[in-house]
Amino acid sequence: MKSSVIIFPGSNCDRDMDVALKKFGFKNKMVWHNDQSIPKSDLIVLPGGFSYGDYLRCGSIASKSKIIKSVIDFANSGGLVLGICNGFQILTETGLLPGILQHNKYLNFICKNVFIKVKNKNNKYFKNIKKEILELHIAHNEGNFFCNEKELKILEDNNQIAVTYCDSDGLENDENNPNGTIKNIAGIFNKSKNVLGMMPHPERMIDKYLSGEDGSLFFENLLGNLK
Amino acid sequence: MTKVTESVAIDHGLKKEEFSKICELLKRIPNITELAIFSAMWNEHCSYKSSRKHLKKLHTSGKQVIQGPGENAGIVDVGDNDAIVFKIESHNHPSFIEPYQGAATGVGGIMRDVFTMGARPIANLNSIHFGSTQHKKTKNLLRGVVKGIGGYGNCIGVPIIGGQTSFDDSYNGNILVNAMTLGLVNKNKIFYSKAAGLNKPVIYVGSKTGRDGIHGASMASATFDDKIEEKKPTVQVGDPFTEKLLLEACLELMSDNSIIAIQDMGAAGLTSSSVEMASKGNLGIELNLSKVPCRENKMSPYEIMLSESQERMLIILESGKEDHAKKIFDKWNLDFAVIGKTNNSNKIELIFDNSKVAEIPIDLLAEKAPVYDRKWKKTKLPQKLKFDKDNFKSLSVSNCLKKILSNPNISEKKWIWDQYDHTVMGDTIQKPGGDAGVVRIHGTKKAIAASIDSSASYCYSHPLTGGKQVVCESWRNLISVGAQPIAITNCLNFGNPEKEKNMGEFVECVEGIAEASKYLDFPVVSGNVSFYNETKDKGIKPTPAIGGVGLLKDYKNMLTMDFKKVGNIVFVIGKTEGHLDQSIFAKDILNEKKGPPPSINLFNEKNIGETLLKLIEKKLIHSCHDVSLGGILTAVSKMCIMGNKGLKINNFKELTNKYEYFFGEDQARYIVEISKDNIQKIVEILNNNSVHFDDLGVIQEKNLTFNGDINLPIEELSDTHKYWLKEYMNN
Repeated sequence: MKSSVIIFPGSNCDRDMDVALKKFGFKNKMVWHNDQSIPKSDLIVLPGGFSYGDYLRCGSIASKSKIIKSVIDFANSGGLVLGICNGFQILTETGLLPGILQHNKYLNFICKNVFIKVKNKNNKYFKNIKKEILELHIAHNEGNFFCNEKELKILEDNNQIAVTYCDSDGLENDENNPNGTIKNIAGIFNKSKNVLGMMPHPERMIDKYLSGEDGSLFFENLLGNLK
Repeated sequence: MTKVTESVAIDHGLKKEEFSKICELLKRIPNITELAIFSAMWNEHCSYKSSRKHLKKLHTSGKQVIQGPGENAGIVDVGDNDAIVFKIESHNHPSFIEPYQGAATGVGGIMRDVFTMGARPIANLNSIHFGSTQHKKTKNLLRGVVKGIGGYGNCIGVPIIGGQTSFDDSYNGNILVNAMTLGLVNKNKIFYSKAAGLNKPVIYVGSKTGRDGIHGASMASATFDDKIEEKKPTVQVGDPFTEKLLLEACLELMSDNSIIAIQDMGAAGLTSSSVEMASKGNLGIELNLSKVPCRENKMSPYEIMLSESQERMLIILESGKEDHAKKIFDKWNLDFAVIGKTNNSNKIELIFDNSKVAEIPIDLLAEKAPVYDRKWKKTKLPQKLKFDKDNFKSLSVSNCLKKILSNPNISEKKWIWDQYDHTVMGDTIQKPGGDAGVVRIHGTKKAIAASIDSSASYCYSHPLTGGKQVVCESWRNLISVGAQPIAITNCLNFGNPEKEKNMGEFVECVEGIAEASKYLDFPVVSGNVSFYNETKDKGIKPTPAIGGVGLLKDYKNMLTMDFKKVGNIVFVIGKTEGHLDQSIFAKDILNEKKGPPPSINLFNEKNIGETLLKLIEKKLIHSCHDVSLGGILTAVSKMCIMGNKGLKINNFKELTNKYEYFFGEDQARYIVEISKDNIQKIVEILNNNSVHFDDLGVIQEKNLTFNGDINLPIEELSDTHKYWLKEYMNN
């Protein structure tokens, strides 16, 4: 399987993503933001970081970058696009995903392990995943997802909510909501479920010496579903 | 143009005698730009004029040392062509005036020192010290500093893997912000700041030059008074995004042989970077200031030379490589300008608007800068206090423990490190909160451990012992995670060197550091001195911060401090005498601040540390934590909390005075968890090496117990330990 990771100036999880994808068997290529086109890929990843310094608004400048048209075209033709953290912010700015990511509720950067619950397995990302509840890592300043009621209803009606913050038993409540996000949302799909944006970083949890191994489950499963 | 007089010189932070010396050396009165250059190079921050004589005493060599002090950072060899570049630096003065930007640019500055040498930064640490928790400024300063460190480090994408936070009245008017960075470089591809070759292009890259940070280095070389708010414009403003681009662009250019020398523009900006490069290369340098990319209109040569705008580098390139280099910096959207060339004049010559605006022989700014042998006073070892039984009568061990665990200087600092990205780069295998942070060397079996320590109370009480103690503490922290200690970097934070007492504290701390690092073969490879941490005549306690670096040959052997398994045995390695003077217990419970710090026995320190490393190598140790502030009971409580296990403490003969045993802060001690099956093997090794140990107890579920004296659920200890900082910041 072939993947491409887009590097924007200020991306800083690009290498980590490259390492993770290769570890689980993807043939990954790095693509510079100023390139015109993306090599033939089964998956495009927008990595975490601070694209263009997060100036103006997180992800907004990246959503106008040269490469982004190819990303949008790829998504619209059904290709898998995964945005992690800043990548999620970029996806909402491009309009591929609804809503926005606001400052965390207590206005602090948060870096810690969290539990997330998989809400929809009927897609390439989570189909067959062995666990309902994954322990992943978050590291962000703007992960507080927000959308209006109409948009939320559409998200719910179409099963577009991908993952939510919860405790180790799957309980979703305010206590387990790290950043004030609406409905504990940690990640969402587009309507056809080929575009996924989420705040947690699976690429930081890929061996037992790191914060945990549930990231491995995510990538192994994704690769399995693409074969 | 301002006419230069003695009073103008004094306004620039120069002393009367220094101005006369400048005129004498120059054989004329300098113009205002030249005066600015002298003031920048001759101030304490850049010239080390008060400290130089004593810094020579430091032990700086060793078989793994590739580069000792004197370059942008120190470098040690960690095998297989891998080398670790590291340094610590202070940003105290600016952080007190403007905590966010002060701390942020401190992080930015130290990272540049590391990647200037060709290394990719792989970890950051920091040591931050604030005034009393009751002081009205403390909370905002803490919040601002943490946000500043996080704001910069998180954006660059380098994990912050450890640190130290303390509170003490002596920092009420002068907080300390020390930042440390470690980078990884191929030992055959290290870049230095020594210029070489004639007519080589001098290149300016990075951000544009603005009016921020003018006189920053002079500000950092003076004490504070009531008017410090007026000094805000001397604080630089950081842009981590540009730094990230600069990092990537520099490393890209460094992948071939285009660069002869490279130096970041830190304190005293373009002035010190150009002078240092020329001085090290024994060359002259000519700069055309009209070509310097400026952010603001009509900047004068004076402003351009003194600006401390961040994220800028000066490079001396191989001739003919300009286009190649420019392409890389264009790709990263950074300024690139050829602003001068090297020559054999041994002078710095500045051109602006086609006329020469300054001309100074380089040696006057470097070797001929003043060096002072300041008067200093020895600190006598205080008399040891006598605690009698009446002191302890009304106390309960459990209550003392709870009070100590929630002491601001002991309590958990999760509120801080949750705001730092400590997992980016995907190699952090020990996060903040342990004895040392550990990151793997990407793609190898090796890992690097790093710790940052200081003990201001010990250093204040007896600087010589304190200096030794900090080095030993660093050594112990590295061993506790299973790393072989390699070398240290020191950040020497002191008061006013013109006062004999403060100067004495500096001299004796340095001597203590030197003695311990020599004995332990734990050399100092880089560092920084911050004097004048004084406000309205009140100086800080002497606070040398030591950043230690160690190597794990196989990261799978790394240890953590959390207790692992119920039924396992817990030993205290090293002898407990019960030294309470200067302990948290004496200060917090008995309200007694006098007495000497615990003494340091370097022979024991080395012997015990090396013996423990042998046990670790044989995989006989399951968890380990050094005993420091708060003594044995505090140390085991943390191990219980982190492992969510209890401990049943034995009643044994060493326990004549339980307060002394549990809370004494004797040095060279560790707590280790071992399995029952290995006791014999371990005891044999300890005995063969003449290492004292106590069989402290056995790990159990849920509770910490001792006779009828202690029966505390771990959950309660955990809440006590974790509660304080969060509560303090949220109120």
